[in-house]
Amino acid sequence: MIPQNFEYSAPGNLRDALALLAGGNAKVLAGGMSLIPLMKLRLAAPEHLVDLGRVADLKSIREEGGTIRIGATATHYDIESSPLVRGKCPLLAEAASNIGDVQVRNMGTIGGSIAHADPAADYPASFLALEAQVRIASAKGERTVTIEQFLVDALTTALEPGEIVREIIVPVEPANAGVSYQKMVQPASGFAIVGAAARVRKSGGKVAFVRVGVTGLAAKAFRATGVEKLLEGTSGSPADVQKAAAVVSDGADANTDLHASASYRLQMAKVYTARALTQALSRAS
Amino acid sequence: MATTITKTETLVGKRIRRQEDPRLITGTATYVDDIKMPGMHHACILRSPHGAAKIRSIDIKPAQDLPGVAAVFTGKDVEGVGPVPCGASLPGLRVPPHAILAKDRVYFIGHPVAVVVATDRYIAADALDLIEVDYEPLPTVTDPEKALAAGAPAVHPEWPDNTAFLYHQEGGDPETAFKEAEVVVKQRITSQRLIPTAMETRGVVAEYRSAEKSLTLYSSTQIPHLLRTLVSQMLGLAENHLRVITPEVGGGFGSKLNVYAEEALMGFVAMKIGKPVKWIESRRENFQCTIHGRGHVDYYEVAAKRDGTVLGLRLKLIQDLGAYHQLLTPAIPTLSVLMMPGLYKFRNVTADIVGVFTNCVPTDAYRGAGRPEATHGIERMMDLLAAELKMDPAELRLKNFIGKDEFPYATATGLSYDSGNYAEPLKKALDLVDYHKLRQEQKQAKASGRLLGVGISTYGEICAFGPSPATPAGGWESATVKIEPSGKVTVMTGASPHGQGEETTFAQIAADELGVPIDDVIVVHGDTAVVQYGIGTFGSRGTAVGGPAVYYALQELKKKIRKFGEMLLETTDVTVSGGQCVDNRTGKSVSLAQIAGASYRAMKLPPNTEPGMVATYFWEPPNFAFPFGAHIVVSEVDRETGHVEIKRYVAVDDCGNIINPLLVDGQVHGGVVQGLGQALYEQAVYDDDGQLITGELMDYAIPKASMVPWIESSHTITPSPVNPLGVKGVGEAGTIGCSPAVVNSVVDALSHLGVKHIDMPMTPEKLWNLVHQGGQA
Repeated sequence: MIPQNFEYSAPGNLRDALALLAGGNAKVLAGGMSLIPLMKLRLAAPEHLVDLGRVADLKSIREEGGTIRIGATATHYDIESSPLVRGKCPLLAEAASNIGDVQVRNMGTIGGSIAHADPAADYPASFLALEAQVRIASAKGERTVTIEQFLVDALTTALEPGEIVREIIVPVEPANAGVSYQKMVQPASGFAIVGAAARVRKSGGKVAFVRVGVTGLAAKAFRATGVEKLLEGTSGSPADVQKAAAVVSDGADANTDLHASASYRLQMAKVYTARALTQALSRAS
Repeated sequence: MATTITKTETLVGKRIRRQEDPRLITGTATYVDDIKMPGMHHACILRSPHGAAKIRSIDIKPAQDLPGVAAVFTGKDVEGVGPVPCGASLPGLRVPPHAILAKDRVYFIGHPVAVVVATDRYIAADALDLIEVDYEPLPTVTDPEKALAAGAPAVHPEWPDNTAFLYHQEGGDPETAFKEAEVVVKQRITSQRLIPTAMETRGVVAEYRSAEKSLTLYSSTQIPHLLRTLVSQMLGLAENHLRVITPEVGGGFGSKLNVYAEEALMGFVAMKIGKPVKWIESRRENFQCTIHGRGHVDYYEVAAKRDGTVLGLRLKLIQDLGAYHQLLTPAIPTLSVLMMPGLYKFRNVTADIVGVFTNCVPTDAYRGAGRPEATHGIERMMDLLAAELKMDPAELRLKNFIGKDEFPYATATGLSYDSGNYAEPLKKALDLVDYHKLRQEQKQAKASGRLLGVGISTYGEICAFGPSPATPAGGWESATVKIEPSGKVTVMTGASPHGQGEETTFAQIAADELGVPIDDVIVVHGDTAVVQYGIGTFGSRGTAVGGPAVYYALQELKKKIRKFGEMLLETTDVTVSGGQCVDNRTGKSVSLAQIAGASYRAMKLPPNTEPGMVATYFWEPPNFAFPFGAHIVVSEVDRETGHVEIKRYVAVDDCGNIINPLLVDGQVHGGVVQGLGQALYEQAVYDDDGQLITGELMDYAIPKASMVPWIESSHTITPSPVNPLGVKGVGEAGTIGCSPAVVNSVVDALSHLGVKHIDMPMTPEKLWNLVHQGGQA
């Protein structure tokens, strides 16, 4: 429970932070809810930590051109309690409020979470359903990628050495949309055994728009386009929802661990997808 | 002389907030890790990464060379230190020698191999990484039934059958009972290995003063005096040169009712390096190296008549002991056997225990210690019998309870139940849940496809340990009560409370007996240089054995108060009341401060009376106390996920007279939560290679506040005749009563699917499989 020695920097602005990271040997600290436990167990031993906690403007949450832009060091609590996010991207606020416990939500950040890419993290389901974009910065410049490009594999992202997550960009949700995030909680860690995020819109008595993201089931979170296609154009009846949710696990290589076998996870993905869709539909107008 | 002021309000029986709480909730309490000393060094312990291995060689040189490292010790350095003690004795018990550091072989994950002492904890941890140990891994066995199978790896090569002991107990004529039975129900029931998970891990600070040859150990323990006796023997130190101080203890639950290798090891290190040394256990070490609880595989058989009358009980108990015996390891399952009949009139019982070595950390006392296992077994069996006979489980229990007029009741296992009225809490709990209406609701719910269940558990437990002949180290408890010259009252208890709240309950008793405000009383404990010898707090004995010691010490003190009062008031008939000694004839009085002042000033003494105002009492309990109660759980299983929702939790506990209902509520709540943990979430999982898979709180699930239902707690009161306070014990009752009520409710919810039994923890996946695969888990 005692980490190895490391150098620690806490730059006050983004340029300094990116300069410190440019060498490629430093590791980013952005809340530390995953990294610090790994270091205490000596499963990670970075030589240099660059703490983004004091970088000005990196935790801002703002609306711009039909999108909400969330700074990388916004904490889960900032997000769940932000009137802007709650009002205009309620799915993300709901996902944030489901993370860990109060202490974790007070310390953990959205950028830290996504850059760690834990396969059981809560956010990715919502990011996928929201078709979020990730703005990446380094000393060399910036680039923006889609969430699907960003998430490469378990604990692996598209970030190159020297790059950090600068912002997450999500769309402003139309007022008539319905959203929901439903998770089965791993009782020890609070992570998702499976988590399903759903966004729906109705039009003329039909389901006009469906987006579904699933986390926890496989090595990386994924968008369940099969479910989306099956539900779009239906009346959204309970039978329609069940039928659509039933394909969520198709082709998935399910995780297995102490808390849930692969076959159980596959079943639970269907259940929680159906629950998320049902609640989203009930919230859509 | 002052006029009489009578304090009319008594404190015993009142919901008084704990005297302990201000320091605890403001973060100002002192735990072992808060202790800092000039020149203090820090120890880290290198532990085996293998479940079993030979140690071919250890190279400590690179660690020794790291700047800041003061010393590194391995098994061969500590050969002069005595073994970690096992205080339990059973006929034919095999006791493996348990050195404080492994020398040539390790037996479980986390087995201590070397200790590094450095100027700070970071250097010590870095140095651990530099020690090179050449291990030859060996096959391991971590499952007790597999360990008994032919050809299993031998945990200790000298005992290839992995059997530490066999124990048989019998009462009545079980053979005839089973022969004459009209119905016999059988079930294999497990009580899985649990990790006690005290919020504060263990920790030790050791300081040696060589000129005085005196060692002080600060340790997070439940038993400071026993620790002093045993560690002084291990270190070859005169007992009166060892002082043990127990600062604040952040939870023990039995896991600190022990003498651990690290306690002697830190003493050894401090004596070697001549500097104070601190060791604080990490959470991972706590999971790997502090004792676990439970670890039973039980095979039960109940013989009964068709009308539900129970005749006989048969138990084969396989106890997973782990690799060694800690202080009480082999004794714990014998408590299960003593309590196996529960509250019922089983006159014919037979039990066989097999104590099994495995490549795991030892099991030992964990909240309930043997009684949760026994209660779980018998309460599951009563439900199985009720199901077999198509009887209502409440009715079956009421039919077989020991009657309220049969106490003291001699059980077939040789105990004498002190007092009881077992039907009363059950009837009260049934009323509270509106049982008949609830069964109707359940019928409707099941008809509509919902999986609603009602589970009953009626438990009895043995506590207030205990009469000395029946305990390994003496079962009495001690108290000293002093009135200081100013009139303030100091109580010193040999019990070492650590969260139970006796600083409050003992102050209530003293304040009432002397008629002083509670704020005039302080309760001191946990320092062997200050407090007279005592036994400690465990087995729900703090108030039930420590309390009477305080009470009797107060009676002794009051005799002396009266003598001085009579002298000062020049009378022969006085009463101690309201903080005064009152002349019963004239109403004149003197205050306790005046009396205490006179006793210390000693200008004049009553005949045959020493100066001072101090009394000490060592109270030997004539029997254990046997609390009991009924817990009823209403639960619903989510058909889609297997998740259990506890819809109601009703606990009716009878712990005799209640000194502080607020603290009793707290004990019931905490106990129930730990029972829920066993029923639904917790299990220490070792893989076949001996790795502890649940090695962190990320994987070992204890209930969090959000996972705990509302607990409706109420009581019946049947005073114990064993002690003058009429108290029993309540520290473990919640845990003991809980798990069978939860499991019975879930089995009841799934019974129409053919489910008869479910082993713990009842995880959603396990239940989902039962629901979706026709009752097969």
